[in-house]
Amino acid sequence: MKASTQLNMSSSPHSHSQKTLSSVMMTVLLACIPGILVQTYFFGYGVLLQCIIALITAVVAESLVLKLRNRPIVPTLKDNSAVLTGLLLALSIPPLAPWWIIVIGTLFAILIVKQLYGGLGFNLFNPAMAGYILLLISFPVQMTSWLPVNSLQQYSLSFFEQLQVIFTGFTSDGFSVNQLRMNLDGITMATPLDTLKTDITKGLTVTESLTGDVFNGFAGKGWLWVNITFMLSGLYLIKTKIINWHIPIAILSSLAFCSILGPLFSPDIHAGPVFHLVSGATMLGAFFIATDPVSAATTNKGRLIYGAFIGLFIYIIRAYGGYPDAVAFAVLLMNMAVPLIDYYTKPITYGHGKIQ
Amino acid sequence: MESLLEQIERGMLWQAPGGVHPPGHKALTESIAISQLPIPEKLIVPIKQHIGVHGKVLIESGQFVLKGQALTAPNQPWSVPVHAPTSGTIVAIQAMPSAHPSALEEISIILSPDGKDTWCDLFPISDYASLDYEEIIQKIQMAGICGMGGAGFPAYVKSQTDKKIEFLIVNGVECEPYITADDRLMQEHADEIIHGISVLNHLLKPEKILIAIENDKPLAIKSMQRASESFENILVKTIPTKYPSGGEKQLIQILTNKEVPTRKIPADIGILVQNVGTLFAIGEAIHKGKPLIERVITVTGKTLNKPKNVWALIGSEVKHLLDNCDFEPQAQQRVIMGGPMMGFTLPSVRIPVVKTTNCILAPNQIELPFNDNEQACIRCSACADACPASLLPQQLQWFAKAKEYDKLEDHNLFDCIECGACNYVCPSEIPLVQYYRVAKAQIKEQQEEQIKAQRAKERFEIRNQRLEREKEERLNRHKKIAKPKTADEQTKIAQAMAKVTTNQSDKSAVSAAIARAKAKKLQNQNSETLPDNTEVAIKRAQRKEKARLYREEKQKETLDSDNNQAPSSETDDKKSAVAAAVARAKAKKLAKQSESDTNKDSREVESTQAEDPRKAAVAAAVARAKAKKLAKQSESEKNEGSSQVELGTSDDKKDSKDNN
Repeated sequence: MKASTQLNMSSSPHSHSQKTLSSVMMTVLLACIPGILVQTYFFGYGVLLQCIIALITAVVAESLVLKLRNRPIVPTLKDNSAVLTGLLLALSIPPLAPWWIIVIGTLFAILIVKQLYGGLGFNLFNPAMAGYILLLISFPVQMTSWLPVNSLQQYSLSFFEQLQVIFTGFTSDGFSVNQLRMNLDGITMATPLDTLKTDITKGLTVTESLTGDVFNGFAGKGWLWVNITFMLSGLYLIKTKIINWHIPIAILSSLAFCSILGPLFSPDIHAGPVFHLVSGATMLGAFFIATDPVSAATTNKGRLIYGAFIGLFIYIIRAYGGYPDAVAFAVLLMNMAVPLIDYYTKPITYGHGKIQ
Repeated sequence: MESLLEQIERGMLWQAPGGVHPPGHKALTESIAISQLPIPEKLIVPIKQHIGVHGKVLIESGQFVLKGQALTAPNQPWSVPVHAPTSGTIVAIQAMPSAHPSALEEISIILSPDGKDTWCDLFPISDYASLDYEEIIQKIQMAGICGMGGAGFPAYVKSQTDKKIEFLIVNGVECEPYITADDRLMQEHADEIIHGISVLNHLLKPEKILIAIENDKPLAIKSMQRASESFENILVKTIPTKYPSGGEKQLIQILTNKEVPTRKIPADIGILVQNVGTLFAIGEAIHKGKPLIERVITVTGKTLNKPKNVWALIGSEVKHLLDNCDFEPQAQQRVIMGGPMMGFTLPSVRIPVVKTTNCILAPNQIELPFNDNEQACIRCSACADACPASLLPQQLQWFAKAKEYDKLEDHNLFDCIECGACNYVCPSEIPLVQYYRVAKAQIKEQQEEQIKAQRAKERFEIRNQRLEREKEERLNRHKKIAKPKTADEQTKIAQAMAKVTTNQSDKSAVSAAIARAKAKKLQNQNSETLPDNTEVAIKRAQRKEKARLYREEKQKETLDSDNNQAPSSETDDKKSAVAAAVARAKAKKLAKQSESDTNKDSREVESTQAEDPRKAAVAAAVARAKAKKLAKQSESEKNEGSSQVELGTSDDKKDSKDNN
């Protein structure tokens, strides 16, 4: 060789796992796909449409802020984090919610919750869940207008009819979302969690309530499969070490534990663990939302505490709170506790333990 | 309960936290026997290749040296010599870029080999047990052996511990990817390594010797097991492959479940770890008398057509090694000294290999892509999961970026071993280790500055105290000296006064008579102390000399302090001084006939009183008291004279300055 060859310099280590931010986020996105498909199957194309609107909004919003902040746009977009935020929010809102709902939610999540705090890695709160809560508090009607599963719907809507509902509020035949939600008896149907809550306030027992249309005897129709799909995808993420097992397992065990205790004391007003685990956003929340690394606890012990409290809050809010589901509130509440948890769960550094 | 030793013997292993599994790439070289390289055209031997201090250079330019001849001699602790790797002529002794991450220059001995490779006389020892402890330690030191696993800790220092060693751990883990030097050494030279082990066994008498090898080296394990069969206290331990299990602290944890307390060394918990290469070198040094002049180096990477392990002479240029492995450099080529996890890139291939070099890695862009794409930290904590020291690399990174040094120390930055595991797993490709290195350097710099500042402060305070003390001393001396001195000076004033009083004519004959009597008494007292004079004079001269030396140094301060101090002492005594002056003046007047004598006496008074201040003080006090009495009687007189006295005292001040 020539002695004059210019050698490149770099700092150690020179080896890298090749697992990059972009590939991590992409894997999570891909892991969402089965869940999206199942949700679409049960609740209509609205789910897909919401996802698409959210993705576009997220990318546009992110690019805009990056431009304003003089940050590189394309390389940052490539980390896929904005896309993931939009997607998770889209999966949480009613499929036929008006288009501006998801647009406002995504804009808030990206612009305010994420970028105003400094962008990826600096946000205190989970952007998707903060966006969800903004929407839930500001637009409670639209945000709780869930259609029942397809099989229960009086009218089956085509793709274009759903598109029309999302953008105009009415089908071509002039039906509003609220009308679409009614069953043959003219009663508006809601999500299983919502239905159960309403039934219990009406004085029905849990067992009685679960015999209703939206249930299949022990859990919500459709929601059961959506949750199972998200759980399987989540397990895949754990297996590929994209996420740690600590948070999901802690959430699910804590929620299960609480929902076992509940019926022990008053079986009539508290649903059991199976119902809670496969209803609402439980699995999506446990595997995809609470595991958002930026806003979650960072030590293993901390993650267990973080997860356990999320599970506890989900149960408390579902059982006693005013809202039917509680994943978003629980996650946000615990986001606030993260610095405290991290501080008190610092691992003992090698050589700093008790002298043997 | 089972003792630790029993647990270990039963085959128990523990786990070190964290760790990563980077691709090994060991297949490139692990099955090829170590080959001998031709003697290079030039050898560059840095005189310091270890942790510690270099020795004294023994040879000079132009001198012919034999292979194995010592080129330097240790002249202080932590110093080990370097030796001529082959016979030849010393061309130069000069600073050359050395094997260091920033290619720092090191004084190096440049040798032009004669090609004959003639050994100097060697002194092998067949029976090391016949040597005493010190002799073996010295042998190890004089062979120039330092830790060959990478750190370069002088082997003799490590072996010299006065602590009771329970476990001697032989580190054949070699967890860094690509490197197979220790693997091949164990496969081919197990007996020689056992020789080295038995020397240390003799020195340290450990309870158990544990040879640790990762399970990806089955041949090395077999080879070491065979070689150690006949030794009862040697146990070959196979440990799971994980990076960085070969780290000293991690290995101790895996084998014994013990942790080396922070800022302590393994010997503090009864453990000593030596690399197989080091033990091989110790064996060679004792049994064959050979100093450390060559070592096994893995030359590997996919830009080499013939990667292999070589016996390389210490001081061979990296280029020599690469050329012999058929190197085909690519664009943006990197040449790494050490492994891919902890090695450092070389700015040039003209850098010599040293005692701590275990690998030369010349990768292509595909096997080790050049990553320079730092993104935001997403707090995923993959780094914390990978950290073998249970640190929080992610937090450290934030603190390092914010230069929060106290927080960094709080989070135990200095327990980071820079293994690079965090960096390896970071999805945001943040160069964490580099941040820590910079932060560590900055903290050390800051600490050094703090120490310097502290020392300066202490020096300043001590100086202040000294000045204060000296001022005090001087002041005391002044107080004692001042009165007689002023008395001396005031005789002149008194003379002036006397003139005045004579002009005015004596108003009270009675008081004059009393004064006369008192003055006489005073004179008598003074004359009593006269005999001491000569001795006192010498002492005073000495003191004056001392004072003069000091004055030269600190004239200004002295001036200031005198200015501050003199008036107060003077004013205190002003009244009495005036009175005394009046009294003395009167006495003078009476003793006109013997004026010259009086002057001499008063000078003597000064010197005497310096020697015997108490007596003098008493005398002065008596004089003062009497003078006061006298003064009362002649108040009108005093009022007239006081303005003149004032003038006189300010003159005194000037004088006392000069005298100092």
